[in-house]
Amino acid sequence: MSERPPTLVTPNDWRRPFVRFGLGGAHGLLLVLLVIVGLGPLLWLAKAAITPTNDTITQPMALFPHGASLSNLRAAWVDVHVGHYLWNTIVVAFGSWLTQIVVAMTGGYALSVLRPRYATLIYWLLLATLFVPAIVLLVPLYIEIVRPPIVHHSLIDTYWAVWLPAGASAFNVVLAKRFFDNLPREIFEAARIDGAGPFTLFWKIVLPLSKPIIGVISVFAVLASWKDFLWPLLVLTDPNKQPLAVRLPAIQSQTPLGVFLAAMLIACLIPIAGFLIFQRSFLRGTGLGGAIKG
Amino acid sequence: MNAISEVTKVEAAPRASQRYRTRRTPLTWLRRGGLSTFVFMLPLLVIFGAFSWYPIVRTAVMAFQHTNLVQAPTWVGLQNFSAVIHDPQTPTAVKNTAYFALLALVFGYPIPLAAAVLMSEVRNRRGTYSVLAYLPVVIPPVVAVLLWKTFYDASGTGVFNTIFGWIGLGPFPWLQSQSWAMPSLVLESTWANAGATVIIYLAALTAVNPELYEAASVDGAGIWRKVWHVTLPQLRGVLLVTLILQIIGTAQVFLEPYLFTSGGPANATLTVLLQIYDYAFGNSLGGDYGKATALSLMLAVFLALFSFVYLFATRSWSEE
Repeated sequence: MSERPPTLVTPNDWRRPFVRFGLGGAHGLLLVLLVIVGLGPLLWLAKAAITPTNDTITQPMALFPHGASLSNLRAAWVDVHVGHYLWNTIVVAFGSWLTQIVVAMTGGYALSVLRPRYATLIYWLLLATLFVPAIVLLVPLYIEIVRPPIVHHSLIDTYWAVWLPAGASAFNVVLAKRFFDNLPREIFEAARIDGAGPFTLFWKIVLPLSKPIIGVISVFAVLASWKDFLWPLLVLTDPNKQPLAVRLPAIQSQTPLGVFLAAMLIACLIPIAGFLIFQRSFLRGTGLGGAIKG
Repeated sequence: MNAISEVTKVEAAPRASQRYRTRRTPLTWLRRGGLSTFVFMLPLLVIFGAFSWYPIVRTAVMAFQHTNLVQAPTWVGLQNFSAVIHDPQTPTAVKNTAYFALLALVFGYPIPLAAAVLMSEVRNRRGTYSVLAYLPVVIPPVVAVLLWKTFYDASGTGVFNTIFGWIGLGPFPWLQSQSWAMPSLVLESTWANAGATVIIYLAALTAVNPELYEAASVDGAGIWRKVWHVTLPQLRGVLLVTLILQIIGTAQVFLEPYLFTSGGPANATLTVLLQIYDYAFGNSLGGDYGKATALSLMLAVFLALFSFVYLFATRSWSEE
């Protein structure tokens, strides 16, 4: 990171032995705590996933008292069909990502660049939804999915029931709009003078410039969908269509602990890998979220 | 911003065309690209209309109706509200939710702040600290809760009880005791969420004006005084916001009580959201959607009033 040097503790302060050892020690302690608290549970899960169930139950903190084996992971994949549910999770996440990107990009573009007369009103209505707790939507949204007003065909057990409501994230639209607000207006004017209509402007100019914000919105869209539990539980009642997060509590009672822990490890792997690859987008986006809320 | 664009539009409009400006017909709208603008606005309008604005309005209507999915809804006035208020479980649910929110503040509010201030002064491998702190946030919450449920195994060979056994403590009952259950839930929830708050504080800390530190140093302030007189006052805006957001978030806690304890033991972890869920979806014979929406509306109105009072009360404090 190319940040300015920290200034709360000045280089002069660092030269004092008390600060040097006190703060250095505090940093070391913090690192140890973070490893134990942040990484520890995951390491335990990884260990338990390749330890026979009996060992995990009788000696949970022992390291492979009777050796390690991949049989739990195999059973999770073959008997519990974790792969199938993982695929469902990916399908749900992909569709939710797509609706969120489409709504945020087109909506942000219309609100920030095209600015029709009614844009202010719509923006205020969007901001208002940020203040409505999600729980208010739950029951009417469920009834709307069971009995859609115009379509008259229940969306229960179709992925549309998850994909479409996911698009209604005002936070994404606000992020996109603010990003577009900061793009230099001269580019748009120049493109308009060259004869670019709103569609050309969107495809050829705005979208190529939007890669950073698309990255941030994508990361949060996929993560939110991966984490979601209650809504897919309500609208996807067919076990064959449920994502892994919804299946896990349901299979817990009929699955041996070791196999169950292996299934949970598999459920964690993709988000953790995604986080390690795109950590900059995650961390910047989270900081950005704080800035917007603030 | 929009005001500025309006101004430029008015200035740019030549006088000769005033005759046309007074008569805005659909044709002029079309010619000015109104239709293509509308096409771009359409996904937002459809999705938010159908899945955000409409359900919000429906909540306000359904709270005064008796709704089941078989018959047409009938108006029942305030009946749903009085049924919810007189439900003997409601006071328990409200009390438990407030207890959860309070414990979450005690456990989860000071720690991320202290960690972030400490982390912002790390000189090497600061990224490692951030990644470790954020790692629990990316674990799917269902996995986090079910994993911690394994840790909380109340037998002598549970994970936490084994660890405490090393120093001669326990075994503790964790989720099986009425007094231990709620703190256990809060502990997991804090673990799962604190990382995001740390990252928000770290971002806010980089925005603190370095000149303030310099000025304080010149005045001879030590590190503690700089934390107290520069860092914390500079962060108060974001601190106030994370506080209210955390309260709003914990007031809607659902996953932990649902998966850890289903509200037990003896309703010790029954929260408002769990009660809403029980009203609407807990009964296999058909949900009482009126009571569910009435309770969710009451919660939403309470949170709105609370936020309003909070923002009003802290207004003078947050703006210098």
